[in-house]
Amino acid sequence: MNISRMGLVGFVILLAVVLQVAVFSLFSVNGVVPNLAMIVVVAATIARGPQFGATVGFVAGLLLDLAPPADHVAGRWALALVLVAILAGRVRTDARRSPIAGLATVAVCSFIATSVFALSGVVLGDHALPASEMTQVIGIALLWDIVCAPLLLPGLMALFERTRTPELAY
Amino acid sequence: MTDDDGRTRFGRQRGGSSRAVVGVLVAASLTVITVDAAGGDHSPIDPARAAIGNVIGPIESTTATAVRPFRETMAYFSSNDDLRADVARLSAQNSRLRSEAEQVPLDRNRLRELDGLTKTANETGYALVAARVVGMGPMQSFSRTVTIDAGTSSGIHKDMTVLNNDGLVGRVLSATRTTAVVLLVLDTDSVVGGRLGSNLEIGFLRGRGVTGDRGRLDLDLVDHSVSPATGDVVVTWGSQNGVPYVAGIPIGKVESVYSTPRELAKHAVIDPFVDFTSLDVVGVVVPRRTQGDRLVINGVGGKR
Repeated sequence: MNISRMGLVGFVILLAVVLQVAVFSLFSVNGVVPNLAMIVVVAATIARGPQFGATVGFVAGLLLDLAPPADHVAGRWALALVLVAILAGRVRTDARRSPIAGLATVAVCSFIATSVFALSGVVLGDHALPASEMTQVIGIALLWDIVCAPLLLPGLMALFERTRTPELAY
Repeated sequence: MTDDDGRTRFGRQRGGSSRAVVGVLVAASLTVITVDAAGGDHSPIDPARAAIGNVIGPIESTTATAVRPFRETMAYFSSNDDLRADVARLSAQNSRLRSEAEQVPLDRNRLRELDGLTKTANETGYALVAARVVGMGPMQSFSRTVTIDAGTSSGIHKDMTVLNNDGLVGRVLSATRTTAVVLLVLDTDSVVGGRLGSNLEIGFLRGRGVTGDRGRLDLDLVDHSVSPATGDVVVTWGSQNGVPYVAGIPIGKVESVYSTPRELAKHAVIDPFVDFTSLDVVGVVVPRRTQGDRLVINGVGGKR
């Protein structure tokens, strides 16, 4: 992958993180916004496999962890999004074939990502909320991601497909 | 789909390297978590956080500025019903208050004197730098923090009080050159010293980590024998040199009081004055005569 393609991927990640923090906070439901970074990671994994997806997940997660106004222990979103890439990589072939399977993947990944983040918070004693609040947040986040995925997933997948180095060149 | 077939042909080899990369990334995430968690207040991750903040902060500011007209339209639609209800309630309240106010000029004068006295005593010289909220942390992160578009170049530093027209908003957690991160009082990590308006009893307010209509704070009083009254106003108690909270900023009012059989102390639930879902313009309390690239609003005649 050459520099310009890498730059494009980086730009998509940056855009997702900034939109999530600066724009989607206008539409937040109880403070919950669509997890755009997670959708980007799922799209990357489905389009290009778990290795690429996990790298995108790590970078996007670390950016979420470090960009203002994040205050939690760094690395928690990185871990959650790398795990999302592993999971999406497992069902990748199915998710590529049917849009419904892609949507289901996003739904499961949303649940896993927010849950892993919440659990890591409980383990570290870092910004842990009561379980009832956490489940509510996980639920709203899941609905948001299901609403946003059909709009974003096809476009993002096509974009990531294009960043692939042509296989025939080998 | 032909790529897929191509892929499975080299499946074993590629699968192996892919698993290794994924494994390394999981390990890297865990390492970052460990390093940051073990570092505590002086974590080795902090320089990276500051560097990223310096880059992303201005991008957030720009984005927020670009979508601001849209934001105001959204706010108009979402708050129209609320405003109607508010007008009805406030006009009723207004007529009641006016009649009350006319009955008690004496009390009012005494209050003014007392207020002036407190002002003189507390003449610490509050001055405000106005800033706008440009980013709000997602609830999925379970921490309630916002980014504001003013930083060290405007004289804003760590542990400064942030407020708005309604009351206390939070404190500055960290500042880069052009932006700062504010921890809202609603966050579970936030503890504020509070004082009850009616009997001056002191206590500690902790956030519940929830914004929206159900955003509440829990008040634990130091004196266990005191029972707060519903509707009582809680103000900040203030810390030494006004770090991180200056004194006398209204926080909220007592919504309900409850006690558990295991404890003697009474707990109160506080409804904050500030509407955290629609935060926009906030003021940061800075020392007087702060020089910066922004206008510093020096309060006339003292605090507030």
